[in-house]
Amino acid sequence: MGGKTKSTTLDLRMETSPQPRLLRILTVFTILGFAGTLVLGFAVAGTDIQQGEIQRIFYIHMPSFFGAFTAFGLTVVGGIIYLARKSETWDRIALAGVEVGLAFSLINLLTGSIWARPIWNTWWTWDPRLTSAAIMCLTYAAYLMLRAGIDDPGKRRAFMSVYGILAFVTVLITLFIIRIVPETIHPVIVGASPQNAQGGFEATSGVVIALLPSLLLWLTLMPITIMWHRVRLEARIEALNLLKLQALSE
Amino acid sequence: MKTPFFNCVTAVISKDLRAEIRARELVSVMALFALLSLLVFSFALELDKGAREEAVSGVLWVTLVFASLLGFNRSMSQERDQGNLDALLLAPVARTAIFVGKLLGNFIFTLIVGLAMLPLMTMLYGLNLLDGWIILTEAIGIFGLATIGTLLATMTVQTRAREALLPIALLPIALPFLLTAVRATKGILGGAPASEWQGALGMLAAISVIYLVLCLLLYEYIVEE
Repeated sequence: MGGKTKSTTLDLRMETSPQPRLLRILTVFTILGFAGTLVLGFAVAGTDIQQGEIQRIFYIHMPSFFGAFTAFGLTVVGGIIYLARKSETWDRIALAGVEVGLAFSLINLLTGSIWARPIWNTWWTWDPRLTSAAIMCLTYAAYLMLRAGIDDPGKRRAFMSVYGILAFVTVLITLFIIRIVPETIHPVIVGASPQNAQGGFEATSGVVIALLPSLLLWLTLMPITIMWHRVRLEARIEALNLLKLQALSE
Repeated sequence: MKTPFFNCVTAVISKDLRAEIRARELVSVMALFALLSLLVFSFALELDKGAREEAVSGVLWVTLVFASLLGFNRSMSQERDQGNLDALLLAPVARTAIFVGKLLGNFIFTLIVGLAMLPLMTMLYGLNLLDGWIILTEAIGIFGLATIGTLLATMTVQTRAREALLPIALLPIALPFLLTAVRATKGILGGAPASEWQGALGMLAAISVIYLVLCLLLYEYIVEE
């Protein structure tokens, strides 16, 4: 029993280690970057002639989807590496990817809804792309429910790695659905818009100057920084649960 | 030495078929549920002639998905309750062979129910659903459902909440099947030109293949101890 106590306290000390310097730097860069893209989106980019100020929401709407894409992609990577190596860290990364990705895709849905109210004259419509984005959110919400329902930690990690990989199919469908089901009214900004698209606008230099930095930020720094914090938090939760179990058994 | 792949697959299927012929637990429950669901839908939606043509493919597929959920749950719980899954896993056979066997068993049972629904719906709703293309759509769609259903049911029967979790896990992942299958069935029923619905049918087949490959690769990891 004595040896076990020692190793657990050691674990806990490891998990509560101070933030690595790189994480602090990343956090600062992410916050500054987000502030910077807001300035670019609100002040530097010009007002859209047809849509007016509401068009500016696009500088968060589209990048947030790609942020979710990165996060869900990291869930797949985490799942594959976990299944190959059985290392808990990668399972934590997969879980962090789901939570961060879900938050980002909700931002994506919410901003889209706010934009659609004045432009499409409705908060929501059963458009193929909107439907598939909603399905994607539900799939990852199901991930969290399923995860909470499995008691055995080893099984939980293996099962959720598998589910995280399967769920990514819905992300790909959301990304490519406008190429498959062409009767969407969702505009495509990069590349040719579908025939029925309503509310599209040209990706002119004024748009690109705000869009590109925002897209890069949401694709890389945003998900990675937040996920890193979440992974550390999960490690602490697991260590805490271990301590609780130990305290109860004594 | 391992048993050859296909011997194992056929052994698992014939075991499931024999158990089903003796106990008649799966198909009868699924069929009864499907029948009830068809009646409930026709009352709840107050299906008149015009609404029927619009709604019938949706009714068909929603009923099939829920009936198949019952079947997948039942089929995996049987393995679990009798300790048969452990015995299968102890046997010197490829894990994917067990998966393919269970998958084909589930596919056959659900397809029987699905095919039985067609003449029934033709009678109840006065629309001709007995069409070769609809049967093909059903076969592909049910195969896809059975693929992920078998994998996810293997997962959920090992959890605390058991039966309750399969719908939550399966429905969002099955929605791509549902969307494309409903679209294809609706096009075929409405007598639209083939070019309009063959895309959806092709996509249904493509998604089925993607999920099949993923499930074959991943099954091993959810049955290991």
